[in-house]
Amino acid sequence: MNPGFSERTRKKIDKIVARYPQKEAAILPLLHITQQEFGFISPDSEKQIAEILGIKPIRVREVVTFYTMLNREPVGKYYIQVCSNLSCALLGSEKLIDYLKGKLGIEPGQTTKDKKFTLSLVECLGACEQAPCMMVNFDYYGNLDKKKIDKILDGLE
Amino acid sequence: MAEQVLTQHFGLVNFYKIDEYVKKGGYEAVRKALQMKPEEILEEVKKANLRGRGGAGFPAGVKWGFVPKVDKPKYLCVNADEGEPGTFKDRYIMNHNPHMLLEGIIITSFCVDIHTAFIYIRGEYEAIALRLEEAISDAYDKGFLGKNILNSGFALDVFVHRGAGAYICGEETALLESLEGKRGNPRLKPPFPASVGLFQCPTVINNVETLSNVPQIMLKGADWFVGKGLPKDGGTRIFGVSGMVEKPGIYELPIGTTLKEIINKYAGGVKKGKKLKAVIPGGMSAPVLKADEIDIPMDFDSLVNAKSMLGSAAIIVIDTGTSMLDVLKAVTKFYSHESCGQCTPCRIGTSWINKIVKRMIEGKGSKKDLDEIVRLSSNILGNTLCPMGDAAAMPILSITKKFRKELESNL
Repeated sequence: MNPGFSERTRKKIDKIVARYPQKEAAILPLLHITQQEFGFISPDSEKQIAEILGIKPIRVREVVTFYTMLNREPVGKYYIQVCSNLSCALLGSEKLIDYLKGKLGIEPGQTTKDKKFTLSLVECLGACEQAPCMMVNFDYYGNLDKKKIDKILDGLE
Repeated sequence: MAEQVLTQHFGLVNFYKIDEYVKKGGYEAVRKALQMKPEEILEEVKKANLRGRGGAGFPAGVKWGFVPKVDKPKYLCVNADEGEPGTFKDRYIMNHNPHMLLEGIIITSFCVDIHTAFIYIRGEYEAIALRLEEAISDAYDKGFLGKNILNSGFALDVFVHRGAGAYICGEETALLESLEGKRGNPRLKPPFPASVGLFQCPTVINNVETLSNVPQIMLKGADWFVGKGLPKDGGTRIFGVSGMVEKPGIYELPIGTTLKEIINKYAGGVKKGKKLKAVIPGGMSAPVLKADEIDIPMDFDSLVNAKSMLGSAAIIVIDTGTSMLDVLKAVTKFYSHESCGQCTPCRIGTSWINKIVKRMIEGKGSKKDLDEIVRLSSNILGNTLCPMGDAAAMPILSITKKFRKELESNL
């Protein structure tokens, strides 16, 4: 069981909940906070959120399973999301994905043994002018080629 | 390039900061609007023929006019979900010019008697969400937001609400469901959000670029705005060009600029001197145009006449070196992944089509498969609750029809 939210986070949460005329509307903001604090959404976290909002845990589960950005399993320190949508595909994202698979030794959806990297294939990231592009955690990287990928990943501790 | 309206200050460092923005005449539009009567603002925006920049092209003033004058809270939801593949213009606006958007939000809210606005922004844009929050906080400090804006007696609160990775939440009723803390399943219409929207209250939903045009309309008037574009489709558009072009990026141009001109003159033509094969003119949902169909003005009505759509004005350029089967694969993969699953034709249809296309890529396809794709897409078209069904079917049908010979040659 995770320790739950810190006192400081609880205060932040109370402020967020107060924005909405119906408490449930704060589910997504609270899930974002949870993922930021604990790295993923565990069943314990779902219960904690449900308790704060006065709803059943299944209501939180329903939401968690709908949105692709919410992880129900722990991910690596660096979460790599590579765009595989059209503009990136036109400019060679498929080859880069193969390169990343080989470099990291994992398939999309998997995490390296040292828990450093998780590789994920995603749809359009909204940075098509920089295609092919990817995100590492919340940082965008564009105009990628193999060299640039090496430089980015090798620079991460 | 023609005179820019929305992007004119994008080159300035720190323009996103409130002091710089105010120095360049920022928040003058709010000052002016707060001295006007709400109905005068509505008239001006209607006259400007400001059409929705998110995709549907519905006139903003008419939309605002649908909100009933009832004794209930009313809401403004800013659609910053920007999930349509090929689209990245709103990211630029929010990143470089967040206060212009806030001005649009304040004026719109004052016009429609709204006191709470939510900016629903796609989850991936975390850095942009933080920038918006900083802009909002600065606007409160300067008295442009809060209880008594510039001593006018008008009150408005603005909050940023982050999505979490779901294309469907760019559809307006799915956005409302998502904001209410639910799965993003679109609602049956009617009732329309203008009367029954967020938390069952009257709600206006507008795209970021749409609202960002409002301050200029206030300052320079509807006639000026119409003069920037076309009589029935006023202003400029921020065209986002990506794919196989020399200079991908955003280009703010008068509505009605031809697609040919945008690709060849502004975006530097097809990459590495290859030839043009096809163009998706308005985000992935827009039916594809062939190379000989691009001498067309980029406005809502012209694209409808060409059996495509202007959508989010996101232009994806495809060259002769690209196989249309690969394009079809990217399109079907996307829609089968993003279907919310609520309506059977879309849920089953998109995943079925995706499986067929995968089979074709593996070299196991047959001519019958192409007929099957057409049959399945036609069954989605018009048979779903929300426009995503059509958004999936239209590009698939157009690719299979216009490039049938090429697809057959791959079999």
